Amino acid sequence: MFTIFKKEINQFFSSLVGYIAIGIFLMLSALFTFVFPTTSILDSGFASLDTFFSNAPLFFLFLIPAITMRMFAEEFNTGTIELLVTRPLGMNQIIGGKYFAALALVVFSVVPTFIYYFTLSSIAAPAGNVDTGGIIGSYFGLILLGASFVALGAFSSAITNNQIIAFLVGVLFCFLFYMGFDFIAKLPIFVGKTDYFVEHIGINSHYLSMSRGVIDTRDLLYFLSLIVLFLMFTKTALERRK
Amino acid sequence: MHELRFLKFIKSFQNERIYITLRAMSVKVTNLSKHYGKQKAVDNISFEISSGEILGFLGPNGAGKSTTMKMITGFVEADKGQVKVCGIDSLKQNSLAKEKIGYLPENNPLYYDMYVKEYLSFVANLYKIKNVKVRVAEMIEKTGLQREQHKKIEQLSKGYKQRVGIAQALIHNPEVLILDEPTSGLDPNQLEDIRALIKELGKEKTVILSTHIMQEVEAMCDRVIILNKGKIVADNKVSQLKINKSLVVKLKLKGKKAKDLQMDHVKFEDLAGGFIRASSKNADELVEKIFEHCVKQGFVLQHLEQENFSLEDVFKQLTK
Repeated sequence: MFTIFKKEINQFFSSLVGYIAIGIFLMLSALFTFVFPTTSILDSGFASLDTFFSNAPLFFLFLIPAITMRMFAEEFNTGTIELLVTRPLGMNQIIGGKYFAALALVVFSVVPTFIYYFTLSSIAAPAGNVDTGGIIGSYFGLILLGASFVALGAFSSAITNNQIIAFLVGVLFCFLFYMGFDFIAKLPIFVGKTDYFVEHIGINSHYLSMSRGVIDTRDLLYFLSLIVLFLMFTKTALERRK
Repeated sequence: MHELRFLKFIKSFQNERIYITLRAMSVKVTNLSKHYGKQKAVDNISFEISSGEILGFLGPNGAGKSTTMKMITGFVEADKGQVKVCGIDSLKQNSLAKEKIGYLPENNPLYYDMYVKEYLSFVANLYKIKNVKVRVAEMIEKTGLQREQHKKIEQLSKGYKQRVGIAQALIHNPEVLILDEPTSGLDPNQLEDIRALIKELGKEKTVILSTHIMQEVEAMCDRVIILNKGKIVADNKVSQLKINKSLVVKLKLKGKKAKDLQMDHVKFEDLAGGFIRASSKNADELVEKIFEHCVKQGFVLQHLEQENFSLEDVFKQLTK
């Protein structure tokens, strides 16, 4: 599994996909957090990173499907999947290696933003007066959200040969799980009855709950089961197609 | 007396055992079938190959060559039947069988954005080979990639890409090599090199290769299986196929046609351009006999040649 992981990481950085994805994420998040007046924390009057944590999932919504779109679609398109499957590897190792490589890229892009916390804490009045617990929880939430997006993206890449279709389906899935279920819950047939449950199928309610600084095992369980479920779908899709 | 017999018995047994280990069946396929929808891609085929043998799969497009190979490598699951690679059921004990197989798929898929050395080390690591560096260097030397070893795969010409494909198939020193159209799209020089390499490999390993070029089979293989519409239509030693040919002579006579010629056990038929084809199943020295006959009759011969009834004709006949 580690061999596949290493190969994927090498390919991310030799094809510039890695640098560009990380670069775009950092650029956008820095612009929205510190420069653009409507969302800048410098003008908000509060020592909080809430705007960063509400914008970052939107950047991920596009960037993660862009990272994952070639994961399996390209292997099928060029036929290299045949070589991979005929090696003494299990399907789990192939999926695992590729999944963790994409996840590592997401983590690499999030880690530099830790500097925002130190910036915030030094400009707060009095200095250091920030909600550290809330920020740590938010980071956990953001990584888990990214991890779920990677699983959704992996699945959409496993169902097609075409990278563009994989990207679009990936964006659709991420959107559906991030915000779609919140909108669906507001449909008249759910309101007042099952809207609470429908909302909890989506990622957003769990993400918000983690950003309060409380790491609830129910949220953790939700994210892990979403990831495992979609990786299992990925495996089924791959086995049916080969 | 008894002692002597006993010794003889032991000796024969020992010989037998040596024989068995040398000529062990390395690939055994029994009643293998695969359907795609309603179409039968491979229809109940069985064959065995022993080590040190080069087997050629010959057949028109869509005959089931690639599908059969994909089932042996475990990439495609069979609907029915059994595949044993070195005694291991390749459909059940997947990983073990896969370690015994080196595979070059059709169209030679490679990661074009990787470097030659990087790719070969990646493959070596997948097989958990010790001393990856040494082994990669060995393979580069064996396949003649020294000058190209620091390039990206996408920069290589087709022939060199093919060598990378063969190198990755050989890197774990497999007992069985499965090469799907290993020589397609190569220029004549590259063709010769790759053929020589495959022949060399065939001395110690079991090689199964597929092709639709007849000369290829004649040049490289010990044995040929001709497939058509998913079925085996011929399974012979290449030398046998060549001996089995019936004799055909092509001739041209001034102002005469096939009906003017009469000989025992020889069939004459008209061809385009005034040529006549004479064929016979049991005539030795057919050319000489026809010549004598024409001289006796006073016919003027304009053309007389013996046609080589090659594998190509066998192939055409069997797959019509």
